[in-house]
Parts: sequence; structure tokens; C-alpha cells
Amino acid sequence: MKPAPFDYVRPGTLEEALQALAGHPEAKILAGGQSLVPLLSMRLAAPAVLVDINDLPDLDHVRADADGVRIGALARHAEVLKDAEVARVQPLVPLALANVAHPTIRNRGTTVGSLVHADAAAEMPMVLRLLDGSVDVAGPGGRRTIPAAELYVGPLESSLHHDEIAVEAFFPALGAGSGVAFEEIARRHGDYAMCGVAAVVTVEGDRVVSAKAGYLSVSDIPAVVDLTEALDGSVDATALAAAAAAALEELDPETDIHATADYRAHLATVLTARVVTAAYDDARTRAGGSR
Amino acid sequence: MSEKQHEIRLRINGTEHDVAVPARRLLSDALRHDLGLTGTHVGCEHGVCGACTVLVDGEPMRSCLMFAVSAAGHDVTTVEGLARPDGELGPVQQAFRECHGLQCGFCTPGFLTTITAGIAENPEPTEDEARDMIAGNLCRCTGYQNIVKAVCRAAELARDDRASEDGAA
Amino acid sequence: MTTKMMGAKVQRVEDDRLVRGTGRYVDDVALDALHTAVLRSPHAHARILSIDVDAVLDVEGVHAVWTYDDLEGAMAEPLPLLIPHPTLTHGRTQYALAKDEVNYVGEAIAFVVADDRYVAEDALARIVVEYEPLPAVVGLEAARTAANLVHDDVPGNVGARMEQSNGDAAAAIAAAPHTLSLDLKIERSACMPMEGRGTVARWDPDQGRLQVWTSTQTSTGVRAAVAAKLGLDLGQVDVITPDVGGGFGVKIVHPWPEELLVPLAAQKLGRAVKFTEDRREHFISSAHERAQEHHVEVGFDDEGRVLGLDVRFWHDHGAYTPYGLIVPIITSTQLLGPYKPGAYHVQFDSLYTNTVIVTPYRGAGRPQGCFVMERTMDAIAAALGKDRADVRAVNFIQPDEFPYEQGLIFQDGRELTYDSGDYPAMLDKIKELVDWDGFESFRAAKAAEGKRVGLGLACYVEGTGVGPYEGAHVHIETSGKVKVATGLTSQGQGHQTAFAQIVADELGVRFEDVEITTGDTRRMAYAVGTFASRAAVMSGSAIHLAAKRTKEKALRIAADALEADVDDLEIVDGVVSVKGTDSSIPLGTIAVLSNPLRYAFDEASKAATQFNVGDPTKPPVAEDDEPGLEGTDFYSPPRSTFASGMHAVIVETDVETAEIRILKYAVVHDCGHLINPMIVEGQIHGGVAQGVGGALYERMAYDESGQLLNASFMDFLMPYVTEVPTSIEIDHLETPSPLNPLGIKGAGEAGVIPGSAAFAAAIEDAERSALPSFGITAMPISPSELFALRAVHASSEESK
Repeated sequence: MKPAPFDYVRPGTLEEALQALAGHPEAKILAGGQSLVPLLSMRLAAPAVLVDINDLPDLDHVRADADGVRIGALARHAEVLKDAEVARVQPLVPLALANVAHPTIRNRGTTVGSLVHADAAAEMPMVLRLLDGSVDVAGPGGRRTIPAAELYVGPLESSLHHDEIAVEAFFPALGAGSGVAFEEIARRHGDYAMCGVAAVVTVEGDRVVSAKAGYLSVSDIPAVVDLTEALDGSVDATALAAAAAAALEELDPETDIHATADYRAHLATVLTARVVTAAYDDARTRAGGSR
Repeated sequence: MSEKQHEIRLRINGTEHDVAVPARRLLSDALRHDLGLTGTHVGCEHGVCGACTVLVDGEPMRSCLMFAVSAAGHDVTTVEGLARPDGELGPVQQAFRECHGLQCGFCTPGFLTTITAGIAENPEPTEDEARDMIAGNLCRCTGYQNIVKAVCRAAELARDDRASEDGAA
Repeated sequence: MTTKMMGAKVQRVEDDRLVRGTGRYVDDVALDALHTAVLRSPHAHARILSIDVDAVLDVEGVHAVWTYDDLEGAMAEPLPLLIPHPTLTHGRTQYALAKDEVNYVGEAIAFVVADDRYVAEDALARIVVEYEPLPAVVGLEAARTAANLVHDDVPGNVGARMEQSNGDAAAAIAAAPHTLSLDLKIERSACMPMEGRGTVARWDPDQGRLQVWTSTQTSTGVRAAVAAKLGLDLGQVDVITPDVGGGFGVKIVHPWPEELLVPLAAQKLGRAVKFTEDRREHFISSAHERAQEHHVEVGFDDEGRVLGLDVRFWHDHGAYTPYGLIVPIITSTQLLGPYKPGAYHVQFDSLYTNTVIVTPYRGAGRPQGCFVMERTMDAIAAALGKDRADVRAVNFIQPDEFPYEQGLIFQDGRELTYDSGDYPAMLDKIKELVDWDGFESFRAAKAAEGKRVGLGLACYVEGTGVGPYEGAHVHIETSGKVKVATGLTSQGQGHQTAFAQIVADELGVRFEDVEITTGDTRRMAYAVGTFASRAAVMSGSAIHLAAKRTKEKALRIAADALEADVDDLEIVDGVVSVKGTDSSIPLGTIAVLSNPLRYAFDEASKAATQFNVGDPTKPPVAEDDEPGLEGTDFYSPPRSTFASGMHAVIVETDVETAEIRILKYAVVHDCGHLINPMIVEGQIHGGVAQGVGGALYERMAYDESGQLLNASFMDFLMPYVTEVPTSIEIDHLETPSPLNPLGIKGAGEAGVIPGSAAFAAAIEDAERSALPSFGITAMPISPSELFALRAVHASSEESK
């Protein structure tokens, strides 16, 4: 299990990095490498060139303001996870990040890297979609912003062009009257989940005015389902059952060696109820009320 | 098809080493084969087992998931760098011995580095926090029972160290 | 008297080097070596039509590439069938490199030697093999049906069929007031040590001698195999086992193809050569174990006493049978555990499949046997509405019945006769440790919180310390330091510590002055290996005997020197003295005197030169004596010694998600006298964790075509700390073995044996509080599978 040979470039500026990509159609970008290096070692990927972006300046930022959280391409999961401002502005980000692999992996792996790796079993792509975030990419023609809804186009496939580099991710701030929750069930602690659900619920008084849930490991690409209609304002048992049923309509769980499709669907049902309830409670708590 | 060699300077346990390696050389292999620091062990080469964990600028990272060329310019600490300056066992090493925290010893270096960073960040871990600290490292021999004890004991020894340093100052 | 070391929680002497990172594992030696890689079959079953290695020869840094056609003489013959058995009528072993056909994904086809592993893997990618794929036989059902054959010349895929009886089980069952039948299944798992296999070899052309370091559980076994296959004299081959990063059984298999190819390459190329197995290779080209299906017929009386037991089972031994029938023989005999059925009959078929070979993994067939017997006990209790512990108790062999003959032949070819034990006392202890009697109120309290909990119990007996023998050599140097060698190997059991404790006690020397060497054929050429929980029993006893011999000689020489009677002497901290006087002599000085010298080399040795010592009228070395203060002895017991234990576990099965949580785990263990309780408890901890893995997480997921789908630590779910019990309650019983001088029994494997049985019982018990309840008959079990069982039984209940 050793990587095949590749050429290695470590540009010092974004321009050089973009040039390197433009010149090598088979190049891959190395940031944290926590997903890429195992693929290389197993020779499941053998790019001719690796463009190591770790020396690029001004990409390791984690900034939170009233609009939301901006995470640079070289910010490690661990940095984002321990940022108190991030937790204040968009608490779903750390809730989900705490479930990304193990701490040692989070010390090296980058959040933006995980987003563009586009794994439907990973936490952060789903969260980006749920929150309607976006990724800024730099390319030969300048910068563009890709909304999360347009980022994920297939299994492990994003809409980034080969010659583009994701430079920053944006997670919108939690809105007034809203609450969030996240829960996943994995075979072992730290493994990819058999199913995971995150929710954003917005309340007015004790009434749900909007609810969305994101799902991981139960679809090809990160899935988000609007549950507002199904809940019909409430989070009682009937409403939750209706929400879970509505979610299942949109999901397409598959059987693998760890769980059957039926079981994943069941977990989606159970977790929808738990997470929507928790997000509702969170919204009420943030609003200063109680259930 | 002679492969291009990259001249790099690695700073390992405070000592600088100039080596020439191909870009694809994993940091774990560079440590073991190029520098002869065989204390870092390779258990899976896909980042799951944690045996190869080293500290990069003080943070635990998998040396099998990093290229040696990427480690240039960073401070790397391996198990060989965990003893006290006088050669006595460091607190985590000593705790593992006292608590019977190892059997075959193959996974041990990765635990020792991980815990060294862990108790620096959290000097008084509870048993649950100790478990969290080592939750990304596999051991096939010990059933982890005594490793959890060793984490708590190591934290205690490190606290004693600091207390005696403070006392001496 | 020096503090007694036997029974003390002595810290391990191994640890200093291991925690410093200065241990020496096989990949750590010979950093100048060439590296190797092996081309492995991507097909589970295929004919090899052609192999083209031309493209490899141009690769810079490649030193050799071999296929079967490059092998000569004994190397071109199949690998040894290590343990033949008369009923293994169709034993087959693979070639070092595949000849014409491959029979599992991972089978070695070509071997490359290169400057480093990276280049070696580059070279593998350039080898072109043309295959004709053949239908793969995967799983016991396919093997039994035999629509396709693994080996053309093995009808029905049956490698062996074996049968044993004690009494007329069929008649006893027919006459019994109650009968039950069960079908019980266990899936494949594997040892999965953190260090894979590895071998380094160096040929010394000046001496004509080969030095081999290998990560093995038997250095003498590897030595004999390498010598035989390479056509060398035994005296030309040294095998050294360095630190080993875990074994758990897989490393007792030998010689692996690479264990022969590496020495051969070293000899041919005149360079040190190294093979270091990677993790994927370990999954697909080492060994697995456990997969068996069992059918049980049992007849019992109103008390639950087993009157007749008939077990038929099918063992999946993979593509080849290098280790013979050891695993199924152990299942078929050790299944009986602490019980004495009125009559017993067992029959098994050992079947070929196109999968990785099956050889012993810690527990070696016992986890399956224990699962079968304990599930049967639980089923009897359920059928009679009796307490599960009570049903076990009425079936126990009683303490006054030892030695107890089970009327069967064990894995060592000897009668299955239990030496000692006290199962009723053990049951009392485990019930107390887990609060068996208080469980129903605990269950009720949890039920009030809406939670489902269950309690499981499993008992086992483990034949440990099988023969044929081990030996030891004890040498007291003139410095007074004691150097001890035993031939079996160590892979984390703390032998250097435990054996030094034995020596310190017997010789009366300081523990710190004893140094133990294991697994080095230069130091002890006669040995068997480390498996079957035998190291402490076999080498421990041999070391005790060799130390005793050395002590006798020391006292004899000391008695001369001190002009005292041997009976008046004692040894404390390495000094022999006449009891009650200040007349004394250090062991180091006795070592000097034991070796009559012509030439002095230091102050101490002057005392042993010819004008200073000895009676000039007698030979300097007496006719029945030898120079040197040394002793060698061997221990070879008539049969195995039988350790025992009981585990109890409380689990919660999540009402919503079917997740299985461990709330409590309790172990009572009897391995006779304990040498080092700290080490024994460590062994139990590790065994329990592997038991958890086997019961709830680990399986080998083969698809129908024979591809292993989870050949990585991502998907083969070995427990992390987060998956094991947060504490393991342990109590010991010490029933000494009458078979060896120290009264010890083996402890290495025990912890893993009852895992699947105990968890199945606990999960079944937890689900019993739901309607409808159902039996857990297949392990391991995942939340997904528990969910499916609930669904199936709920729908069958509805349809009633």
C-alpha cells in the first residue's frame, strides 16, 4: 500500500496553483489529504501531479460574523470545531464537526476539503446543503460562488471544474427563532454513519414555521428535505411521524455490509423525530422560552 | 524512469535531518526507513489504526496520511522524543508501564503521542475524557482497560512534574 | 528469604524498550534490506493461462521477479501440511507461488524484489497475468451443495469427515423426556494483530549461513521448514523472533510463502531482503477462522440434565488445509465445557471454499463450541421454564470427579481428561459478581424507564498447555547474572517478566538479574511454539525445572567450597550461605569455580585456574559433570491441563434503534496458580475485547464471487475503546493443576471464548421482555440484524 509515483508541486500563490492545475489535466489538489492519501496508498487514485496547496497564503482563516461563518481552504476541522464564535453564529457546524472521524484526523483534515470531496456519507456536505451555504472557488476566469444546492452532482462528485480550487466555504448564520440539532448512528464511534440527520427548525412562539432536515448515508448525494408542511406547525408524535414519512419519500437508502436499506430507513425515521424535536427545543431555548 | 528526489529538511524531536525523498514517500516511511526512527509503527496505512500517530507542531497526526515533503518546516515529535531530557521515561511512558497499558507494544507509540498532546490540552481528564482522548487508536491486545487507567495516571504524573517544577522555581 | 515473585503483580521488563520506541520488530531490523511485494490473485478461483513479467525487468530498482516457474526442488512442491490426521483424507496446501490455478483472492502468484516497497509495487502493476475464471465456492452452503468444486480432485469439497462418540447419544435422546433441536451459526473473523506478517533474511556467504528474522509464533518450526525447502542443513539456518506485534494464532502458521521466498532471495541475491505485509494483504493472504454451522439434537430430563447430545457441524476451512483439522477437532471436543452429558456424539465435515485459509485464531474452535453448548443450555432452561444458571449447575462435573474423562480424543491425540476444576464454586462467584439474583429487579427498574436489558451467562473449559514439550536453558554467568533461554516465542504476553519471576523464585536471585530470551534458535534449538495458551505451562515449567537443575549444581559446588552440607545451604539475592552463619559465596563465584580454567582473564577467573582449584588427584571435571553453571531441562506432560471460566454480561438493546450497549461485564477465571496477576488480567481484558468484536462487530464480508468486501480497518470493525465495556469485573479461582510443578494452567485465550455465547444469551434475554421473543442463533449480530429479527418475528406474530 504505497502510492504510485506523481509529480509534486507546492505553489506559494494561488495564481501559481491555478497555473499548475491548468497545465495538468490529471492533477489533484492536496490539502489535508485525510481522504486522498488512503486512496493514493491503495492505488485507487494515481494522479500524475499533486498540487499541494498548504503553502498558499491567507486560506487558513475561520471567521464568523452576523452573516455567517467563513472557512478558508486550509482551516483544519479542529480549528473550526474549537472556535467559539463559530459555535455562536452557526452552532450546527461544531455539532456536526464533532462527528467527523476522530480528533487526530480532524487535526489535519480540512473542512473545505471535506466539502468538495462530496461524500454523501460525510457530515459537512450535508450540513452545507441544509444551511444553504456555498463554496467560493477560484479558477482561471476568476472567482465564483457555487451554492450548495448546485455543488453536489453525483456520488463523490462536485460541480467544481478540474482547474478550480475551492478557497472558502460559507455557512449562513443561524436565523432568529431557529434552532439546530444533529445526531448520527455509526457502527463504531467515529465511523461513517449508517444514518445521520441534522435539522434546522424555526419557531414563532411554540409553533413551527419552518423545518428542514439534512440526511447522510441514505442517498447518493447529500439530501435535504423540507419538513415544514408535514409537521404542520407542531412536533407532536403525529407530526413527527408525518415528517419522517415525508423524508423517506425523498431518500434512497441502500444496503451495504453494515446495514440494510430497511434499517437505514428506520434510522432515518427515528432520527428525524429525535433531531427535529431537539432542534425545536433548541429554537425555543434560544428564543428564551421553554417547551 | 528515475524518480525525482526532493531535498527536504525534517525537524524531528528537535534535531534537523536533511534527506532526499521522492514526493510519494509517506512521512511514516521517511521516519522509519530514511531516518531509522523505527519507534513509529505502521499498522494499516489508511489512517484508521493510529499506530503511526506523531505530533506535528504539537498536534497528533497520522504519519501514514502525510507525505514527508509536507512535513518539511514543521516540528515533528515521535515516540523517541517523549522521554525526559535526563533519559528517564516521560510521564505517559511511565504511566503505561505502571498500569500495564501495553502488551505487544505495536500500537503503543501512537497512543503515547496522542495522549501526550491530550493531557497537555486537558491536564485533568476524567475516565470518560480519557476514553475520548484515545478513541481513534486501535489496540488488539489490551482491551483498552489499562490504557484508560494509564491516561489518568499520566496526567497525574505530569501534574506532579509541573508542581515540582513550580516548587523549584 | 527474598520476596516471593510468583503471584506478584510485577511490572514488565519488556516495557522500557517498547514505550521508548526502541523495541525491535521485524520491519525495524536490516534497514539496508531490499524490499519485496507479492502479486496476489484478484480472482477467487481461476486457472492461470499465462504470466508475462517482461515489463518488470526494465523497471529501475527491481532486482528479481519470480513466478512458480522460477522455483526449483522442494520449493516447487506444495507447502507442508503441518498437522496431518487420518481423517483428513483430502488435505491440500498451496504452492509458494501459484502453479496453474488460484483458489482464493490473495493467493500469491509472483514475487518481486526491489530497492523499496514503492518500486516493488510499481513492478507488480506491470505484470500481466491471463486468467480463466472458474466458478467460486463461497460459504458453507455452496461448499456443502458442491455444485462447483474448489479442487477438482476433492469430491463434495470435503477435506475431512470426523466422528467421535461417548455412549449412545441417539438412543439417549430417543429415550429422553424432553428433546430440542437447534441450528447455530458463527461467521468468519480473524486474529488481526496490529503488526502483520514480516520476514527478513540475510545470507552470509562467508559462513554459508542464513539468518532469518520473522514475526512468528514458532521460530523452530520456521527454521525446520526453511532448511527443508531451501535444501540447507538445519545448522545453516538461524531463526530469530524479534518483538512481535501480536499474533493471536495467525503467526503459528508456517512457512508462509514469503517466509521461504525471502530467505531464498537473500541467498540468491546476496543481500538482506525484507517482506513486510501490509494491512490489505493481511486480510486477503493470511488466515481467518470461526465460520461454522451446527445442528444440535439434545435430550434432557425434567431438571434439565442432558441425557444425550448429538452435534453435527460443518467447518469452512477455506482453500487449503495447512494446519490440518485442529480447529474443528477442538470445537468437537471442547464444546462439552464443564458439563457431563449422559451420551455424546459429534460429527463434522471440514469443507473447502474459495476463500482465505482457516487456521486457529485465539480460542481456536472453542468460541464456536461454547456458543453451541451454552445456547443449548439456555434453550433447555427456556423449554423447562428454569433458571439458566440452575440448568448449568445440574450438568456440571463435580469437584470430586477429577480427573474426569470425557471419553474423547483431544487435539493433541490424547484422551480428553480434565485435570482439575471447581465449577460449582465458580458459578457462585460469577452469580455474585454480576448480581444474578438481583437482576430481575434491575430489569424491572430499567423497564420502568422504557429500556430493555438482558443478562447472559456462558461457561467454558479450555484445554491449555498442549505438548509435545518445551525446554529451557539456564546459565549463571560469572557476574552472577542469570541468562535464560526458552525456544517458544513471545508476542506480547510478557514472558520475559513472568519467566524471570519463576527463575528468581527457584534460584533465589534478584528478579533484575534474570534475563529471558525467547524464540531464538541460536539459544534454544528445541521448541514447539506459542499457541494453545501453552507458554506459561510449558516453558514456565521447563524453566522451573532447568532452574532447579542449575540450583542443585550451584549448591553442590557451594557445599564443597563452604565445606558444608547441601541441606544447610540457602540462596538469597544471588548469594549462597550456610543457614544461620555468615559463611557465604555469591553465585557468580560459584560460576567461576564451575568452569576449571587454564587461563585467567580477570581477577575473578584467577580463582578457577589450575594451580588454585580442585583436587589434583581427580579429573578437573568429574565424569558425570560438565563445566559451567548451567542447566537444561525439558517439560513434556502426559496431556493438557484444563483451565475454565465463566462470563456474564448485561446489555441494553435499544428499543428504537436496536443498538446494543454493554452495561456490565463480569469474568471469573481459573488458570490454576497465577504467576503474575497483572499480566493474567491484561490477557483477560484483551480476550474480552476480542470477544466483543467477534460477537458484535467483526466479520469477513465475502461476496458471491469470493471478493472480500471489507478488507480494511474502515470496514472490518475492530473495537475501539468506545466499543468495549467501560470496566470488566474479574474474580479468580485458583485450582492448581496436578500436572506441572507450578500448578499452573494457560490463560492466554480464555477471555475470548465465551463472548459470542454470553452476548447472544444477553441479547435474547433482553428481547424476551418484548413480544414476540425470539432466539439468537447466529453471531455476530449487528443492530441492523437485530432490527431485522425484530421485524421478521413481529410480522410472523401478526400473521398468526
